[in-house]
Amino acid sequence: MEEFKKQYKKILEQYILKQTEHNLYEGQNISRQLIQKNISPEEVISIHKASLEEIMSDLDGDVQHSFDLLIEVMIRYGLALKEHQTLIQKQQNIKMEMELAANVQQTLLKTKVPKEIDLDIGIITVPAKEMNGDYAHFLHDNTHVGIAVADVIGKGIPAALCMSMIKYGMDSLDGAETDPVIVLDVINRIVEKSVSDSMFISMFYGKYDTSKSEFTYASAGHEPPLFYCSETSSFTELQAKGLLLGVIPNVKYEQQSITLNKGDFVVMMTDGVTECRSKEGFIEQKTIMDIIENVRDQPAQEMVEYVFHKLEELQDFEQRDDFTLVIFKKI
Amino acid sequence: MNLRSSVDIITEWDIVAARQLGRNEAKDVGFGTVDQARITTAISELARNIYLYAGKGNIEIKQIAEGNLKGLQVIASDKGPGIADVRKVMEDGFTTSGGLGAGLPGVKRLMDDFKIETVFGEGTVISATKWLR
Repeated sequence: MEEFKKQYKKILEQYILKQTEHNLYEGQNISRQLIQKNISPEEVISIHKASLEEIMSDLDGDVQHSFDLLIEVMIRYGLALKEHQTLIQKQQNIKMEMELAANVQQTLLKTKVPKEIDLDIGIITVPAKEMNGDYAHFLHDNTHVGIAVADVIGKGIPAALCMSMIKYGMDSLDGAETDPVIVLDVINRIVEKSVSDSMFISMFYGKYDTSKSEFTYASAGHEPPLFYCSETSSFTELQAKGLLLGVIPNVKYEQQSITLNKGDFVVMMTDGVTECRSKEGFIEQKTIMDIIENVRDQPAQEMVEYVFHKLEELQDFEQRDDFTLVIFKKI
Repeated sequence: MNLRSSVDIITEWDIVAARQLGRNEAKDVGFGTVDQARITTAISELARNIYLYAGKGNIEIKQIAEGNLKGLQVIASDKGPGIADVRKVMEDGFTTSGGLGAGLPGVKRLMDDFKIETVFGEGTVISATKWLR
């Protein structure tokens, strides 16, 4: 503090003597140091007053008093500055906590992509913020592959907390053979019991039977997947009726099946994909279909990554919602 | 040494009287202009809280000493509604009178020691001390 007083007095003395830009620059430099050392505005004025009194022995009494008023006025500025600093510190702590939570979530929701079957599988899931409100999970045994894709309406921490509940519901299931309608029924009961009325989750569940090349699916109000038939080079939506999870305990879900032939694929997604927006408005389903069709001969993982990057580009790299895309391609 | 004096807070003008008392005592202890301004701002804040939320109360100013250390203690007491959630009013960014850098966190920052005792429905006693360095 004494050091600053000396420095300040010297700069002030110089400046009173000669009003050069250089002397003003010195003043600005010392302000950086003062802030770093947490010296509050009222203290700076007090230093100014004391320096002035030393430099000008004949300083007018009225002028001296005026600084006391200024000090009084500056006290709250000093407080506001300190509060600001504390809030910034707090914000950094929250951010760090969020990153930790996101890591925990990632570990929790880790899913193993099944290999060594007659399906080529690609998956990408990218949260809009730190925490993901989308969920994709595989179940797998020798003959069956199950895939769950879910989306909590909303994003961020509340959505992420909800997601872990679905994970434990999925873990309680017996195996990949379970029928989609049964899976949805079980998860719906869990969600209905544990989640507040304002929380809605949509979910799609599909099961692929390797022995019959059959894909059976059901949906709880989820975005319908796209089925690409390689023979006709055309997309169709896989519709299945069913209410969102957690609304009422007993819901009748509808189950459908299709057969996959070589080159056919199913594209499962969340509304982060279908509700992509560019400057001109929503990106149309046709555009998304065209993007996918462009890369239909690529490995499934490359397909999903390509679609993500393409849509990212169309949206000027501004991702509004959690994004999840899964492709099952028959080989 | 235990000099004490106090001001009853009933009208807004009593806030000024409390400040004046605080400033006189602070000068007497030997505080400089900046610390005087800090102490009086803290007194303002405490007296204003009494005036706004409790209706009436009292600000007591005490010169105190601990070993070689001299200081000034401000005690604000009222029989108002008390504070339901102390943790919340001590939080930065939370202020019911809607100003930056004030309220009880401000008082705590301006002074060296800060203590709050409150019983919901019965009243509040806040004491804050500044030490002369």
